[in-house]
Amino acid sequence: MFEIVERQEMAQGTIISNWIKAPKIAAKAKPGQFVILRANEKGERIPLTMADTDPAKGLINIIYMVVGKSTALFKTLQVGQGYIDVIGPLGQPTHLEKVGKVICVGGGTGIAVLHPITRGLKQIGNFVYSVIGARSKDLLILEDKMKAASDEMMICTDDGTYGHKGFVTDKLKETLEKDKDIKLAVCIGPVPMMKFCCKVTKEFGVKTLVSLNPIMVDGTGMCGCCRVKVEGKMQFACVDGPEFEGHEVDWDELDLRLRSYMVEEKVSYDQFKECHGGGKCSCCS
Amino acid sequence: MSEEVKAPKKEKIPRQKMPEQPANERRRNFEEVPYGYTPELAMKEAERCIQCKDPRCKQGCPVEIDIPGFIKHIKEGEFEAAIRNLWEKNSLPAVCGRVCPQEVQCEGLCILGKKDEPVAIGNLERFAADYQREHGKQILPPKADPTGKKVAVVGAGPAGLTVAGDLLLKGHDVHIFEALHGPGGVLLYGIPEFRLPKAIVFQECNFLERMGATIEVNAVIGRSETVDELLERFDAVFLGVGAGLPVFLKIPGEHYIGVYSANEYLTRSNLMKAYEFPVYDTPIVKGKSVATFGGGNVAMDCARTALRLGADHSYIIYRRSMAELPARTAEVHHAEEEGVEFLLLNNPTRFLGDDATGRLTGVEVLKMELGEPDASGRRRPVPIKGSEYTVEIDTAVIAIGSGSNPLLTKSTPGLALNKWGYIVADPKTGKTMKPRVWAGGDIVTGSATVILAMGAGRLASNSIHDYLTYGW
Ligand SMILES: Cc1cc2nc3c(=O)[nH]c(=O)nc-3n(C[C@H](O)[C@H](O)[C@H](O)COP(=O)(O)OP(=O)(O)OC[C@H]3O[C@@H](n4cnc5c(N)ncnc54)[C@H](O)[C@@H]3O)c2cc1C
Ligand SMILES: Cc1cc2nc3c(=O)[nH]c(=O)nc-3n(C[C@H](O)[C@H](O)[C@H](O)COP(=O)(O)OP(=O)(O)OC[C@H]3O[C@@H](n4cnc5c(N)ncnc54)[C@H](O)[C@@H]3O)c2cc1C
Ligand code: SF4
Ligand code: SF4
Ligand code: FES
Repeated sequence: MFEIVERQEMAQGTIISNWIKAPKIAAKAKPGQFVILRANEKGERIPLTMADTDPAKGLINIIYMVVGKSTALFKTLQVGQGYIDVIGPLGQPTHLEKVGKVICVGGGTGIAVLHPITRGLKQIGNFVYSVIGARSKDLLILEDKMKAASDEMMICTDDGTYGHKGFVTDKLKETLEKDKDIKLAVCIGPVPMMKFCCKVTKEFGVKTLVSLNPIMVDGTGMCGCCRVKVEGKMQFACVDGPEFEGHEVDWDELDLRLRSYMVEEKVSYDQFKECHGGGKCSCCS
Repeated sequence: MSEEVKAPKKEKIPRQKMPEQPANERRRNFEEVPYGYTPELAMKEAERCIQCKDPRCKQGCPVEIDIPGFIKHIKEGEFEAAIRNLWEKNSLPAVCGRVCPQEVQCEGLCILGKKDEPVAIGNLERFAADYQREHGKQILPPKADPTGKKVAVVGAGPAGLTVAGDLLLKGHDVHIFEALHGPGGVLLYGIPEFRLPKAIVFQECNFLERMGATIEVNAVIGRSETVDELLERFDAVFLGVGAGLPVFLKIPGEHYIGVYSANEYLTRSNLMKAYEFPVYDTPIVKGKSVATFGGGNVAMDCARTALRLGADHSYIIYRRSMAELPARTAEVHHAEEEGVEFLLLNNPTRFLGDDATGRLTGVEVLKMELGEPDASGRRRPVPIKGSEYTVEIDTAVIAIGSGSNPLLTKSTPGLALNKWGYIVADPKTGKTMKPRVWAGGDIVTGSATVILAMGAGRLASNSIHDYLTYGW
């Protein structure tokens, strides 16, 4: 078992952070890489990006949003309990490069994925703008960590409860207009957000990295489930990605494929909510 | 041959059929299809073997099992002696008895097959192994004294498991690294429960652990550790990572929801037990009309899985004719009995889908006819112009083969690869171009069979043992 040693609820319990004991993975992991986790024998294999690592203590950090059955089940796991399987590090690490000025844009739990990349880009000497957003103030995560990793940070909320009222794309556009020296954008969040960020950066001709999250099974290039179209070619996000050049991604195809199991996911989540209530019944362990 | 003449005239025993689940029942469940022989049936079948002095059957077995030898033990009711005899050459008899293409191997050469039906060698092998598992003592073969040498085996498929078993017996320390969360390779994630119960695979892997092997799952070599790092900790490394790369048709529409690679379809169903969804969490599209593309064992497994997941129509779409189907005869026969519909001499040209929902709705296929023989001697299918028509389907499974997965090979400098990306290894020893590294099974030959992967494992383990004893 891979034990949870620290657990924190964020964004009113909709986002959970776990520090997990996985020394081998912690020693190897680089920014941008992910792990696949399974809660128990009957569980699904769920991919989550490592938001941070502590190689000295042998720990990795995952931060996930509760969206369905498996993440709801993960949420029930307390300190001292754990996952039966954690597999990784998987995927290509982010290619961190000193280019001068960069802008990092994150939405929702995408901020968790964005943070280690932002920090890496700053550490090697880039000037980092960052824009982070959420629907509402209560749902914004990692503000302090992102602030520490940026030279200049902007906050957006859809409802205007904090920072700029509006989407992260507004601030992205504003900053690109203001500073023509920005060489690279990194945009990570929900598919529509990444898609619109890419529209903006394309206008300015700024190279843009995105991190794709198609449905996965093995994470080793064996099943082809995670195929995405980039530059018209089939790529496997788990081994060729998860990061790709955003201007080349076929977003509509990704968006549709993410809905493959909508019906089944609902059945599964409804059943879980019904029998679990508090989330401690035996049918899932 | 001489025995045949001298043998006293007695009633000819027909080949004993293995009792099996009726087709109309089994097509809707995942339980194993044949029940296996009873001891009586096995002994009766064993009696059919005329104990050839120079047995042809043995030449057809890639690991040269002493076939008349183990059959004689069964005939005499000495079942433990039979399994010991089998174990000398084959560490996975319960698996091979079930999945070997016997008709082109051992049984294909059996002398009785000339006039009559061959001895049911596979069924007897299966019987001996099952009997031991169900009734036998948990005996462990004797192990040589510890040598202090350590071997890393990458991949827990038939090739890797064979290497591990052999080297344990010779006194070496064995550590198996497996990328998935369970060992067995294709035996676990590919071949369905109704053809190879997973309990058997677990038992075989458990046996290795009792023999002293360490099996580390969730270890993706090339990511969690590299081969070069393993070489620092181990005296030798064996690579048996299989041919785990899906091949797509490369026709328009493969992105539609409901189009699966065989690897994904079978992994969801077998490894993740999606057929028990929602008791198990992993979903699978349970199509009402499913088309599987391809004609090998993998395709048969997919088409039969589709029926069990509730399909009203399960089609096999294959571009050649029945005679060229590469699958085991027994599986084609089972598939037909269960109601799989064969659309032969048909080649897909594009998938059709609903662009609003992204879901698959059909496939356009082109009819073919057989032309001149090609390099392989099979008559080449040629398209009939203008013969396109549409088959309405909601699920498609692409089972036209697999390729070499580059994850490990790309991260391992010094290995030589052929033009398809498979590892170049000496066919007699399994030695690769990289010192202290051996390879075997599908990652060397491309997808083949369980017994060939085991045969390659056997050769490699002999060579590794020689190296550990005498040097490279
Ligand atoms: C490389 C990668 C990194 C990711 N990193 C993070 C992260 O750091 N934080 C985070 O909150 N989320 C992350 N995700 C998304 C996360 O995997 C899904 O939210 C999770 O699988 C949902 O599972 P569920 O059963 O709770 O929800 P479900 O009800 O099953 O599904 C909700 C939605 O999640 C997606 N999904 C479902 N199953 C899978 C699967 N096996 N693989 C991928 N997506 C799936 C589908 O779009 C689905 O509609 C990442 C995904 C990928 C591929
Ligand atoms: C659906 C299906 C049906 C089949 N039916 C038959 C049949 O009826 N009869 C028959 O004889 N043959 C059959 N075959 C073929 C047979 O299963 C294979 O030839 C055989 O399993 C190959 O064995 P292997 O040990 O080389 O590789 P595999 O069985 O492929 O095992 C390789 C193992 O290595 C692991 N691995 C891969 N990469 C890594 C890595 N980087 N690090 C760690 N581990 C890794 C994989 O997860 C896997 O467990 C079938 C194959 C399939 C797919
Ligand atoms: S291992 Fe396969 S080929 Fe050899 S005797 Fe057994 S069934 Fe026949
Ligand atoms: S199995 Fe067939 S070929 Fe082999 S010894 Fe018996 S009769 Fe002869
Ligand atoms: S998840 Fe299976 S190939 Fe990427």
